[in-house]
Amino acid sequence: MAKSVELLDYQRKLAWWLILPAVFVVLLVIGYPLFQVLRYSIMEYRLDGVTAPAFVGLANFKYILSDPDFWVSVKNTLIFAFFSVTLEVILGLVVALIANSNFKGRTIVRVAILIPWAIPTVISSQIWKWMFNDIYGVSNIVLTNLRLIPEKIAWLATPETAMPVIIAVDVWKTTPFMALLLLAGLGLISGELYEAAAIDGATGIKKFFWITLPLLLPTLLVAVIFRTLDALRVFDIFYVMVGGQGNMATMATYNRQQLIDYLDAGTGSAASVVILLIIMLFVVLYTRLSKTSFQ
Amino acid sequence: MKLRFPLLQVFRRTVSRVIIPLFMLSALAPAGFAQGVTIRFAGDSDVGEGGRWTRRLAEEWAKSTGNKLEYISRPNDASETLQQFQQYWAAKSSDVDAYMIDVIWPGICAPHAVDLKKYLKEDEIKAHFSRIIENNTVGGQLVGLPFFSDAGMLYYRTDLLEKYGFKGPPATWEELATQAKTIQDGERKAGQRDFNGFVFQGKASESVTCNAVEWIYSYGGGTVIDSDKKITINNPQAIKALETARSWVGTISPKGVTTYGEEEARNIWQGGHAAFMRNWPYAYALGADPKSAIAGKFAITVLPKGGENGKHAATLGGWQLMVSKYSKHPEVAADLVRYLCSPEAQKKRALELSQIPTRPALYSDPDILAKTPWFKDLLPVLDNAVARPSTVTGAAYNQVSTAIFQNVNTVLSGGSTPEKAVQQIERTARRVVK
Repeated sequence: MAKSVELLDYQRKLAWWLILPAVFVVLLVIGYPLFQVLRYSIMEYRLDGVTAPAFVGLANFKYILSDPDFWVSVKNTLIFAFFSVTLEVILGLVVALIANSNFKGRTIVRVAILIPWAIPTVISSQIWKWMFNDIYGVSNIVLTNLRLIPEKIAWLATPETAMPVIIAVDVWKTTPFMALLLLAGLGLISGELYEAAAIDGATGIKKFFWITLPLLLPTLLVAVIFRTLDALRVFDIFYVMVGGQGNMATMATYNRQQLIDYLDAGTGSAASVVILLIIMLFVVLYTRLSKTSFQ
Repeated sequence: MKLRFPLLQVFRRTVSRVIIPLFMLSALAPAGFAQGVTIRFAGDSDVGEGGRWTRRLAEEWAKSTGNKLEYISRPNDASETLQQFQQYWAAKSSDVDAYMIDVIWPGICAPHAVDLKKYLKEDEIKAHFSRIIENNTVGGQLVGLPFFSDAGMLYYRTDLLEKYGFKGPPATWEELATQAKTIQDGERKAGQRDFNGFVFQGKASESVTCNAVEWIYSYGGGTVIDSDKKITINNPQAIKALETARSWVGTISPKGVTTYGEEEARNIWQGGHAAFMRNWPYAYALGADPKSAIAGKFAITVLPKGGENGKHAATLGGWQLMVSKYSKHPEVAADLVRYLCSPEAQKKRALELSQIPTRPALYSDPDILAKTPWFKDLLPVLDNAVARPSTVTGAAYNQVSTAIFQNVNTVLSGGSTPEKAVQQIERTARRVVK
């Protein structure tokens, strides 16, 4: 008995030595920048090479929290995250169920649905921006020719139309990713369960709600967490399609503006910290939620 | 037994046949060249015609003075360029000797620039428009020498004005709205469904800041921040100016104008889909091209006044040349700047690129007027040029301009009122202008 404890001790030591390089790397690439961001967030620190950095306490945080533009960006990000993730989950599930069923040319369809995901976001955003151009954009030309809208709409000019357009573009782009994740989850569900259900006389809808959905739930939750965190950090679509419009900023574009446009590393770092806290709130929420649902 | 290393042989052969001769050649080389220094010049992006032209001229200077020139191309986007330059300056880099800088940057560049007054004679400076020299002077220091200029102007369709019975271009913004509405209604009835009365730059970027400064100044609403750093934007005339501009969107201007920059507006104009356009002079040469739909059918003039008692205004644009404080050869770099801004160089630029000189004397030059007769109309435009509040705000200008363009853009797209917008701009300006 004593011998095995000794062995465990030795193993534990070895384990520490083995993970040491990894810990070192994590500290270097995550710990150090994080520490720097925290340090700069309580300093007046401009990157112009002229003004010397100085300690200012919580002044940067006070400014951000009292800046209406910041709260607009938080609101935009939350609206975007909620609608895009919800739509992506529903459509992703539909696509996954279709791709999971047996039909001719299944492989080609599986590859084809991934194409939007494979195009770099800046490029697809620029393409969509042109397609939604008010004068030359194909969307306006098609819609007016079909007489679905009376006159051309300047889609990206106001938040009321720009937000739905951007959400639609994100759904177009990310649904394949969602479908792929869910497809993997569907593959794990044993076919025997469906056979048994069929013998018991269950309909297709019953099979979906009593077998597919409950067994897919863990995968679904992971996918939703992934996508939500991604959506909360959204930058490229907004930057390309409506960059500069103050009422269409997201948390990430607001942060960039402080840091790059204004060269204000103090306020920019403070904004990063606030954004980190907001995202952490969601992480905590989700982990709580997933624990209860797994039990 | 002799060991054979084929790799070693190859190595030896390379050294004896290639590297040693090369080394000897390089040791000989300096004696063959003149004893000049290397000047590194960050000019216009050499993807465009302007950049390639600047590069050629700078290389001519190097040849005639026996110096060497390295041309550094910059990003196409002005804000990205500034961010890159600021990184060089933060590192006090001596790698670049001379920079081409935007008219709104002198306040930002001042701490990193030499005072050009030390290297240039007074009459060399006085030969440029005094407004630009004033703009480029920060606390008595001449940060940059004017290279070429730019100013906002009104483009109008002479054929359409005649067709609808208007005697001349509008003198006030109110008159512009009436003319634009008449022409737009008429052309749309005639079947041109996409025809617009007036296009300008409403995009949330520096573009709309330039437009807004013109509207506000023309109504007597000041320059946002005056030369004594007093924040003046929150006044009834400025509100009236923004109110007027807002009334255009959706009536004489397309709703999408709030997403248009210079090129978007020019595309509509040059396709023949607009009666009036506010833009910079570059659009003239492109519109006058024989392949353009509106060649020979348009003219330019000063932008309208804000009401009967208003003023004509034009936002000052253009580029300057500065010498870095961190340069090892400031006097040589200053000589390059002198050469590129000389009357001969500016005349050549006007003739070959139709870009506007910063020397008033060139506006009566017979060669230039023969090639581009519309230059004579530019003198009043440049005389009315208004500088953006960049020199007084220095490094904070970016924040002031962002506050202007975001709030004005929101007003134009109907998301805010002019009263709220000027308060917001005032609030930001209070915080950042010290």
